[in-house]
Amino acid sequence: MGALEDRLPDNILFTTVDKFLNWSQKSSLWYMLFATACCGIELMQTGASRYDLDRFGAVFRATPRQSDLMIVAGTITHMMADRVKRLYDQMPSPKYVIAMGSCANTGGPFYKDSYAVLKGVDRIIPVDVYVPGCPPRPEALIEGIMKLQEKIMEKKNLVRK
Amino acid sequence: MEAKKIYEILSGRFGSAIQQFQENTLPPSIVVGHQAIVEVCDFLKKAEELEFLSLICLSAVDMQEKGKMAVVYHLGSMRQRHTIVLKVELDRGSPHVRTVGTVWPVAAWYEREAYDLLGVVFDGHPDLRRILMPEDWEGYPLRKDYVYPKRYHTWDV
Repeated sequence: MGALEDRLPDNILFTTVDKFLNWSQKSSLWYMLFATACCGIELMQTGASRYDLDRFGAVFRATPRQSDLMIVAGTITHMMADRVKRLYDQMPSPKYVIAMGSCANTGGPFYKDSYAVLKGVDRIIPVDVYVPGCPPRPEALIEGIMKLQEKIMEKKNLVRK
Repeated sequence: MEAKKIYEILSGRFGSAIQQFQENTLPPSIVVGHQAIVEVCDFLKKAEELEFLSLICLSAVDMQEKGKMAVVYHLGSMRQRHTIVLKVELDRGSPHVRTVGTVWPVAAWYEREAYDLLGVVFDGHPDLRRILMPEDWEGYPLRKDYVYPKRYHTWDV
């Protein structure tokens, strides 16, 4: 590179606007403090010191209005589904959803003949990343968040619609 | 106290309201006429040598082939260290039974569940609403002739 950068002081970098916006988004994925079943325990563990989700800039928020990411951790019943949809609608854009565990993906063990359980959270809200497992280990959830970061980095913000 | 003994005490006091003693079910159970259930429960709770202070479980069973709906009461006594099961058989077309919430307040929640899932109506219940399913849900999901709905609100069930 050389010639141009040699003439600038330290700590000045060049990038594209898209990359910069995407980088700042992916580095501050604040997720909503929201869990409905045993996946929530793994979610807590992922956020705690051993797996330390803060490394990815992901900290939990106790309100949908400050959240960028909804991790649907657990079984969603029809009764809960209305609330999930409302929480999703309350989040500001851009917003992302990770379906964590079999229940949120497909209904899991309740898929057959359950009168109460919603068979996959993608029936009510759009899902970006599906994390399989029952429940998934923290490593799997972190993998899911990294996949979401990859997905965010491919976004084009400045394309005319 | 043995279940047989409890049955004998109850039949001595309530006569024909105590319909049957089912010895071979596990645990042994007593079938009670539905008009007398509150009085029987009240007696079981207050009688000195019985002392059934706790209602362990209240559930309902759909006996479609017999055209009946049964409500099952599991009672227990910590002091006397014995348990007993009462059954009430109701007409499946319109299952009505009096609430035992006046005897054991905890019955209110069990009865809401039985109402929610099987449609048993508990007369005299102070707050008979659905407890597990959404309030605008149609039908009673644990009935044997229940047909699953295709849609609920905006999504496929």
